[in-house]
Amino acid sequence: MSDQSSSRPLSPHIQIYRWTLTMMLSILHRATGIALYAGSALLAWWLMATASGPEAYALVRDISGSWIGRLVLFGYSWALFHHMFGGVRHFIWDTGRGFDLKHVELIARSTAIAPLLLTGLAWVLGYMYLGTWS
Amino acid sequence: MVEIALPANSRVKKGVTRTAEGPLKAPRTLKVYRWNPEDGENPRVDSYVFDADDCGPMVLDALLKVKNELDSTLTFRRSCREGICGSCAMNIDGQNTLACTKGLDDVKGDISIYPLPHMPVIKDLVPDLTDLYAQYASIEPWLKTDTPQPQNEWRQSREDREQLDGLYECILCACCSTSCPSYWWNSDKYLGPAVLLQAYRWLADSRDEKTGDRLDDLEDPFRVYRCHTIMNCAKACPKGLSPAKAISEIKKMMVEREV
Repeated sequence: MSDQSSSRPLSPHIQIYRWTLTMMLSILHRATGIALYAGSALLAWWLMATASGPEAYALVRDISGSWIGRLVLFGYSWALFHHMFGGVRHFIWDTGRGFDLKHVELIARSTAIAPLLLTGLAWVLGYMYLGTWS
Repeated sequence: MVEIALPANSRVKKGVTRTAEGPLKAPRTLKVYRWNPEDGENPRVDSYVFDADDCGPMVLDALLKVKNELDSTLTFRRSCREGICGSCAMNIDGQNTLACTKGLDDVKGDISIYPLPHMPVIKDLVPDLTDLYAQYASIEPWLKTDTPQPQNEWRQSREDREQLDGLYECILCACCSTSCPSYWWNSDKYLGPAVLLQAYRWLADSRDEKTGDRLDDLEDPFRVYRCHTIMNCAKACPKGLSPAKAISEIKKMMVEREV
Protein backbone atom coordinates (compact mmCIF):
# COMPACT_ATOMS: atom_id res chain seq x y z
CA MET A 1 0.00 0.00 0.00
CA SER A 2 2.69 2.52 0.99
CA ASP A 3 4.87 1.45 -1.95
CA GLN A 4 1.95 1.96 -4.25
CA SER A 5 0.93 5.35 -2.89
CA SER A 6 4.43 6.77 -3.28
CA SER A 7 4.47 5.80 -6.96
CA ARG A 8 1.07 7.27 -7.64
CA PRO A 9 1.05 10.09 -10.20
CA LEU A 10 -0.27 13.53 -9.35
CA SER A 11 -3.28 14.42 -11.47
CA PRO A 12 -2.87 17.44 -13.81
CA HIS A 13 -4.00 20.74 -12.31
CA ILE A 14 -3.13 24.21 -13.64
CA GLN A 15 -2.24 22.60 -17.00
CA ILE A 16 -5.83 21.51 -17.60
CA TYR A 17 -8.04 23.80 -15.47
CA ARG A 18 -10.00 26.28 -17.54
CA TRP A 19 -8.91 29.84 -16.79
CA THR A 20 -11.42 32.13 -15.18
CA LEU A 21 -11.29 35.91 -14.81
CA THR A 22 -11.23 35.68 -11.01
CA MET A 23 -8.30 33.24 -11.19
CA MET A 24 -6.38 35.63 -13.45
CA LEU A 25 -7.18 38.64 -11.26
CA SER A 26 -5.93 36.79 -8.20
CA ILE A 27 -2.57 36.18 -9.89
CA LEU A 28 -2.46 39.76 -11.25
CA HIS A 29 -3.17 41.12 -7.76
CA ARG A 30 -0.10 39.33 -6.47
CA ALA A 31 2.01 40.23 -9.53
CA THR A 32 1.10 43.93 -9.33
CA GLY A 33 1.82 43.85 -5.59
CA ILE A 34 5.35 42.64 -6.35
CA ALA A 35 5.69 45.21 -9.16
CA LEU A 36 4.80 47.97 -6.68
CA TYR A 37 7.87 47.08 -4.59
CA ALA A 38 10.04 47.82 -7.64
CA GLY A 39 7.95 50.92 -8.39
CA SER A 40 8.49 52.24 -4.87
CA ALA A 41 12.23 51.87 -5.39
CA LEU A 42 11.91 54.01 -8.53
CA LEU A 43 9.99 56.61 -6.55
CA ALA A 44 12.67 56.63 -3.85
CA TRP A 45 15.36 56.96 -6.52
CA TRP A 46 13.58 60.02 -7.95
CA LEU A 47 13.15 61.61 -4.48
CA MET A 48 16.81 61.02 -3.62
CA ALA A 49 17.82 62.61 -6.93
CA THR A 50 15.74 65.71 -6.22
CA ALA A 51 17.58 66.05 -2.92
CA SER A 52 21.08 65.51 -4.27
CA GLY A 53 21.32 68.19 -6.92
CA PRO A 54 20.62 69.26 -10.49
CA GLU A 55 22.91 66.73 -12.20
CA ALA A 56 21.44 63.71 -10.40
CA TYR A 57 17.96 65.03 -11.09
CA ALA A 58 18.71 65.57 -14.76
CA LEU A 59 19.92 61.97 -15.06
CA VAL A 60 16.73 60.57 -13.54
CA ARG A 61 14.64 62.88 -15.71
CA ASP A 62 16.44 61.80 -18.88
CA ILE A 63 16.11 58.10 -18.08
CA SER A 64 12.50 58.22 -16.97
CA GLY A 65 11.66 60.53 -19.89
CA SER A 66 13.00 58.12 -22.50
CA TRP A 67 10.45 55.96 -24.25
CA ILE A 68 11.48 52.91 -22.26
CA GLY A 69 11.35 54.93 -19.03
CA ARG A 70 7.86 56.13 -19.88
CA LEU A 71 6.80 52.57 -20.65
CA VAL A 72 8.03 51.46 -17.22
CA LEU A 73 6.22 54.35 -15.55
CA PHE A 74 3.06 53.55 -17.52
CA GLY A 75 3.25 49.96 -16.28
CA TYR A 76 3.87 51.17 -12.73
CA SER A 77 0.85 53.46 -12.80
CA TRP A 78 -1.33 50.63 -14.13
CA ALA A 79 0.00 48.28 -11.42
CA LEU A 80 -0.87 50.91 -8.81
CA PHE A 81 -4.44 51.33 -10.07
CA HIS A 82 -4.90 47.60 -10.58
CA HIS A 83 -3.64 46.69 -7.11
CA MET A 84 -5.79 49.40 -5.56
CA PHE A 85 -8.94 48.13 -7.27
CA GLY A 86 -7.99 44.55 -6.36
CA GLY A 87 -7.78 45.74 -2.76
CA VAL A 88 -11.24 47.27 -3.02
CA ARG A 89 -12.56 43.98 -4.49
CA HIS A 90 -11.14 42.01 -1.58
CA PHE A 91 -12.45 44.61 0.86
CA ILE A 92 -16.00 44.10 -0.49
CA TRP A 93 -15.66 40.33 -0.17
CA ASP A 94 -14.20 40.67 3.33
CA THR A 95 -17.50 42.21 4.43
CA GLY A 96 -19.27 39.01 3.29
CA ARG A 97 -21.01 40.75 0.38
CA GLY A 98 -21.00 40.12 -3.37
CA PHE A 99 -20.56 36.35 -3.25
CA ASP A 100 -23.36 35.29 -5.60
CA LEU A 101 -21.82 34.40 -8.95
CA LYS A 102 -23.53 37.25 -10.82
CA HIS A 103 -21.95 39.85 -8.53
CA VAL A 104 -18.63 37.98 -8.44
CA GLU A 105 -18.38 38.39 -12.24
CA LEU A 106 -19.57 42.02 -12.12
CA ILE A 107 -17.03 42.95 -9.45
CA ALA A 108 -14.27 41.05 -11.25
CA ARG A 109 -14.95 42.71 -14.61
CA SER A 110 -15.22 46.19 -13.07
CA THR A 111 -11.95 45.84 -11.19
CA ALA A 112 -10.21 44.58 -14.35
CA ILE A 113 -11.45 47.35 -16.66
CA ALA A 114 -11.50 50.40 -14.35
CA PRO A 115 -7.70 50.40 -13.77
CA LEU A 116 -7.09 50.35 -17.54
CA LEU A 117 -9.39 53.34 -18.07
CA LEU A 118 -7.96 55.28 -15.12
CA THR A 119 -4.37 54.62 -16.21
CA GLY A 120 -5.20 55.91 -19.68
CA LEU A 121 -6.99 58.93 -18.21
CA ALA A 122 -4.12 59.77 -15.86
CA TRP A 123 -1.62 59.72 -18.73
CA VAL A 124 -3.83 61.75 -21.06
CA LEU A 125 -4.36 64.35 -18.35
CA GLY A 126 -0.67 64.27 -17.51
CA TYR A 127 0.36 64.99 -21.08
CA MET A 128 -2.38 67.60 -21.54
CA TYR A 129 -1.51 69.67 -18.48
CA LEU A 130 2.05 68.83 -17.50
CA GLY A 131 4.13 67.17 -20.12
CA THR A 132 5.04 66.95 -23.75
CA TRP A 133 4.93 64.11 -26.22
CA SER A 134 8.57 64.62 -27.25
CA MET B 1 4.46 25.18 -2.39
CA VAL B 2 3.67 26.39 -5.87
CA GLU B 3 4.88 23.77 -8.34
CA ILE B 4 3.57 24.38 -11.81
CA ALA B 5 5.18 21.39 -13.56
CA LEU B 6 4.03 17.86 -12.90
CA PRO B 7 6.53 15.36 -11.40
CA ALA B 8 8.30 13.14 -13.98
CA ASN B 9 6.10 10.13 -13.23
CA SER B 10 2.93 12.21 -13.70
CA ARG B 11 3.56 13.76 -17.13
CA VAL B 12 0.78 12.81 -19.48
CA LYS B 13 1.67 10.96 -22.69
CA LYS B 14 -0.33 10.47 -25.86
CA GLY B 15 -2.59 7.44 -25.79
CA VAL B 16 -4.54 5.39 -28.29
CA THR B 17 -7.82 6.01 -30.10
CA ARG B 18 -10.65 3.52 -30.20
CA THR B 19 -13.63 4.06 -32.44
CA ALA B 20 -17.03 2.42 -32.17
CA GLU B 21 -17.91 0.14 -35.06
CA GLY B 22 -20.53 0.79 -37.70
CA PRO B 23 -21.87 4.05 -39.06
CA LEU B 24 -22.03 6.69 -36.29
CA LYS B 25 -24.96 9.08 -36.57
CA ALA B 26 -23.47 11.69 -34.21
CA PRO B 27 -19.81 10.82 -33.56
CA ARG B 28 -18.26 12.52 -30.53
CA THR B 29 -14.91 12.00 -28.81
CA LEU B 30 -14.13 11.48 -25.15
CA LYS B 31 -10.48 12.23 -24.30
CA VAL B 32 -9.89 10.45 -21.03
CA TYR B 33 -6.93 10.46 -18.63
CA ARG B 34 -5.71 6.92 -18.04
CA TRP B 35 -3.25 5.53 -15.52
CA ASN B 36 -2.76 1.89 -14.70
CA PRO B 37 -0.93 1.19 -11.42
CA GLU B 38 0.19 -2.20 -12.72
CA ASP B 39 2.02 -1.42 -15.96
CA GLY B 40 4.64 1.03 -14.63
CA GLU B 41 3.94 3.51 -17.44
CA ASN B 42 3.21 7.23 -17.24
CA PRO B 43 -0.39 8.46 -17.47
CA ARG B 44 -1.79 8.93 -20.98
CA VAL B 45 -4.89 10.37 -22.65
CA ASP B 46 -6.94 7.84 -24.65
CA SER B 47 -9.58 8.91 -27.16
CA TYR B 48 -12.89 7.13 -27.61
CA VAL B 49 -15.15 7.92 -30.55
CA PHE B 50 -18.74 6.95 -29.76
CA ASP B 51 -22.20 7.58 -31.17
CA ALA B 52 -23.83 10.36 -29.12
CA ASP B 53 -27.10 9.66 -30.93
CA ASP B 54 -27.26 6.24 -29.27
CA CYS B 55 -26.28 7.41 -25.76
CA GLY B 56 -27.88 9.02 -22.71
CA PRO B 57 -27.59 12.81 -22.35
CA MET B 58 -24.95 13.06 -19.61
CA VAL B 59 -21.16 12.69 -19.58
CA LEU B 60 -21.60 9.75 -17.17
CA ASP B 61 -23.80 8.03 -19.78
CA ALA B 62 -20.98 8.40 -22.30
CA LEU B 63 -18.39 7.02 -19.85
CA LEU B 64 -20.61 4.01 -19.12
CA LYS B 65 -21.21 3.46 -22.84
CA VAL B 66 -17.46 3.54 -23.51
CA LYS B 67 -16.79 1.16 -20.62
CA ASN B 68 -19.52 -1.22 -21.80
CA GLU B 69 -18.77 -1.16 -25.51
CA LEU B 70 -15.21 0.03 -26.17
CA ASP B 71 -12.92 -0.46 -23.18
CA SER B 72 -13.94 -2.39 -20.07
CA THR B 73 -10.68 -1.40 -18.31
CA LEU B 74 -11.77 2.27 -18.03
CA THR B 75 -12.07 2.97 -14.30
CA PHE B 76 -14.16 5.63 -12.55
CA ARG B 77 -16.40 6.01 -9.51
CA ARG B 78 -20.14 6.41 -9.88
CA SER B 79 -23.19 5.51 -7.89
CA CYS B 80 -26.41 7.51 -7.72
CA ARG B 81 -26.37 9.04 -11.25
CA GLU B 82 -28.46 11.98 -9.98
CA GLY B 83 -26.06 14.40 -8.30
CA ILE B 84 -26.55 13.40 -4.68
CA CYS B 85 -23.70 10.98 -3.90
CA GLY B 86 -20.76 12.95 -5.30
CA SER B 87 -18.91 9.84 -6.48
CA CYS B 88 -18.45 10.82 -10.13
CA ALA B 89 -16.72 14.16 -9.40
CA MET B 90 -14.07 14.76 -12.08
CA ASN B 91 -12.60 17.47 -14.28
CA ILE B 92 -14.71 17.75 -17.44
CA ASP B 93 -13.90 20.31 -20.14
CA GLY B 94 -11.52 22.10 -17.76
CA GLN B 95 -13.87 22.44 -14.82
CA ASN B 96 -14.62 20.21 -11.85
CA THR B 97 -18.15 18.88 -11.78
CA LEU B 98 -20.23 15.71 -11.53
CA ALA B 99 -20.26 13.54 -14.67
CA CYS B 100 -23.88 12.57 -13.95
CA THR B 101 -25.24 16.13 -14.02
CA LYS B 102 -22.98 17.52 -16.78
CA GLY B 103 -24.74 17.33 -20.15
CA LEU B 104 -22.82 16.22 -23.24
CA ASP B 105 -24.49 19.16 -25.00
CA ASP B 106 -22.84 21.56 -22.52
CA VAL B 107 -19.44 20.75 -24.02
CA LYS B 108 -18.47 21.88 -27.51
CA GLY B 109 -16.14 19.64 -29.50
CA ASP B 110 -14.10 16.88 -27.88
CA ILE B 111 -14.86 16.16 -24.24
CA SER B 112 -11.70 16.15 -22.09
CA ILE B 113 -11.96 14.24 -18.83
CA TYR B 114 -9.32 14.20 -16.09
CA PRO B 115 -9.41 13.09 -12.45
CA LEU B 116 -9.97 15.79 -9.81
CA PRO B 117 -6.87 18.05 -10.10
CA HIS B 118 -3.69 17.87 -8.02
CA MET B 119 -4.57 14.60 -6.29
CA PRO B 120 -2.73 11.27 -6.13
CA VAL B 121 -4.32 8.94 -8.70
CA ILE B 122 -5.33 5.41 -7.70
CA LYS B 123 -6.37 4.43 -11.23
CA ASP B 124 -7.67 6.36 -14.28
CA LEU B 125 -10.31 8.82 -12.99
CA VAL B 126 -10.19 7.63 -9.37
CA PRO B 127 -8.32 10.03 -7.04
CA ASP B 128 -7.13 9.24 -3.53
CA LEU B 129 -9.24 11.38 -1.17
CA THR B 130 -7.78 9.96 2.07
CA ASP B 131 -6.15 13.24 3.16
CA LEU B 132 -9.29 15.24 2.44
CA TYR B 133 -11.37 12.88 4.57
CA ALA B 134 -8.81 13.18 7.38
CA GLN B 135 -9.09 16.95 7.18
CA TYR B 136 -12.87 16.61 7.32
CA ALA B 137 -12.59 14.46 10.48
CA SER B 138 -10.25 17.07 12.00
CA ILE B 139 -13.03 19.68 12.21
CA GLU B 140 -15.16 17.22 14.24
CA PRO B 141 -18.26 17.40 12.05
CA TRP B 142 -20.88 16.52 14.62
CA LEU B 143 -23.02 18.32 17.19
CA LYS B 144 -20.97 19.18 20.30
CA THR B 145 -22.78 20.32 23.44
CA ASP B 146 -22.35 20.87 27.19
CA THR B 147 -26.08 20.85 27.92
CA PRO B 148 -27.34 17.37 28.86
CA GLN B 149 -29.04 15.48 26.04
CA PRO B 150 -32.73 16.43 25.95
CA GLN B 151 -35.46 13.76 26.23
CA ASN B 152 -36.48 14.36 22.65
CA GLU B 153 -34.62 15.96 19.76
CA TRP B 154 -32.48 19.13 19.98
CA ARG B 155 -34.94 21.91 19.13
CA GLN B 156 -34.18 24.71 16.69
CA SER B 157 -36.29 27.67 15.51
CA ARG B 158 -37.16 27.94 11.83
CA GLU B 159 -34.96 31.03 11.58
CA ASP B 160 -31.99 29.20 13.11
CA ARG B 161 -32.59 26.25 10.82
CA GLU B 162 -32.50 28.60 7.82
CA GLN B 163 -28.93 29.52 8.75
CA LEU B 164 -27.93 26.06 7.54
CA ASP B 165 -29.41 26.51 4.06
CA GLY B 166 -26.64 26.63 1.48
CA LEU B 167 -24.45 24.53 3.82
CA TYR B 168 -26.25 21.28 4.59
CA GLU B 169 -26.68 20.51 0.87
CA CYS B 170 -22.93 19.85 0.48
CA ILE B 171 -22.32 16.27 -0.68
CA LEU B 172 -18.53 16.32 -0.11
CA CYS B 173 -17.75 15.52 -3.74
CA ALA B 174 -14.47 17.52 -3.45
CA CYS B 175 -15.06 19.44 -6.72
CA CYS B 176 -14.43 22.74 -4.87
CA SER B 177 -11.33 21.80 -2.88
CA THR B 178 -9.59 20.32 -5.92
CA SER B 179 -10.43 23.39 -8.05
CA CYS B 180 -8.67 25.72 -5.60
CA PRO B 181 -5.08 26.79 -6.49
CA SER B 182 -4.45 27.54 -2.80
CA TYR B 183 -5.41 23.97 -1.97
CA TRP B 184 -3.21 22.68 -4.82
CA TRP B 185 -0.15 24.41 -3.34
CA ASN B 186 -0.91 23.98 0.38
CA SER B 187 -3.18 20.98 0.82
CA ASP B 188 -0.99 19.71 3.66
CA LYS B 189 -1.83 22.75 5.82
CA TYR B 190 -4.80 24.56 4.26
CA LEU B 191 -8.14 22.85 4.94
CA GLY B 192 -9.63 23.83 1.58
CA PRO B 193 -13.14 24.99 0.61
CA ALA B 194 -15.09 21.74 1.15
CA VAL B 195 -13.86 21.17 4.69
CA LEU B 196 -14.19 24.88 5.57
CA LEU B 197 -17.78 24.99 4.33
CA GLN B 198 -18.43 22.02 6.63
CA ALA B 199 -16.62 23.78 9.47
CA TYR B 200 -18.91 26.78 9.02
CA ARG B 201 -21.94 24.48 8.87
CA TRP B 202 -21.22 23.58 12.55
CA LEU B 203 -20.25 27.14 13.51
CA ALA B 204 -23.60 28.34 12.12
CA ASP B 205 -25.65 25.68 13.92
CA SER B 206 -27.62 27.26 16.79
CA ARG B 207 -27.61 23.92 18.67
CA ASP B 208 -23.82 23.59 18.72
CA GLU B 209 -22.21 24.85 21.96
CA LYS B 210 -18.52 24.62 21.02
CA THR B 211 -18.29 27.61 18.66
CA GLY B 212 -15.35 29.08 20.59
CA ASP B 213 -13.34 25.85 20.52
CA ARG B 214 -14.08 25.41 16.85
CA LEU B 215 -12.83 28.94 16.06
CA ASP B 216 -9.71 28.39 18.23
CA ASP B 217 -8.95 25.32 16.19
CA LEU B 218 -9.21 27.23 12.90
CA GLU B 219 -7.17 30.23 14.12
CA ASP B 220 -3.97 29.52 12.23
CA PRO B 221 -2.10 31.16 9.32
CA PHE B 222 -2.83 28.21 7.04
CA ARG B 223 -6.03 26.39 7.96
CA VAL B 224 -8.39 29.22 6.93
CA TYR B 225 -6.28 32.12 5.77
CA ARG B 226 -4.78 30.47 2.67
CA CYS B 227 -8.13 31.33 1.08
CA HIS B 228 -7.45 34.23 -1.31
CA THR B 229 -11.00 34.43 -2.67
CA ILE B 230 -10.00 33.07 -6.08
CA MET B 231 -13.63 31.89 -6.45
CA ASN B 232 -12.92 28.65 -8.33
CA CYS B 233 -14.74 26.80 -5.53
CA ALA B 234 -18.06 28.59 -5.97
CA LYS B 235 -17.83 28.32 -9.75
CA ALA B 236 -17.16 24.58 -9.58
CA CYS B 237 -19.76 23.53 -6.97
CA PRO B 238 -22.27 21.24 -8.74
CA LYS B 239 -24.82 22.00 -6.00
CA GLY B 240 -24.59 25.77 -6.51
CA LEU B 241 -23.17 26.41 -3.01
CA SER B 242 -20.55 29.03 -2.16
CA PRO B 243 -17.67 27.76 -0.05
CA ALA B 244 -16.04 31.18 -0.62
CA LYS B 245 -18.94 32.84 1.18
CA ALA B 246 -18.77 30.31 4.05
CA ILE B 247 -15.03 30.96 4.46
CA SER B 248 -15.68 34.70 4.48
CA GLU B 249 -18.24 34.15 7.27
CA ILE B 250 -15.64 32.19 9.28
CA LYS B 251 -13.14 35.05 8.86
CA LYS B 252 -15.84 37.50 10.02
CA MET B 253 -16.60 35.40 13.12
CA MET B 254 -12.90 35.34 13.95
CA VAL B 255 -12.64 39.13 13.69
CA GLU B 256 -15.90 39.76 15.53
CA ARG B 257 -14.85 37.85 18.65
CA GLU B 258 -11.59 39.83 18.81
CA VAL B 259 -13.25 43.28 18.82
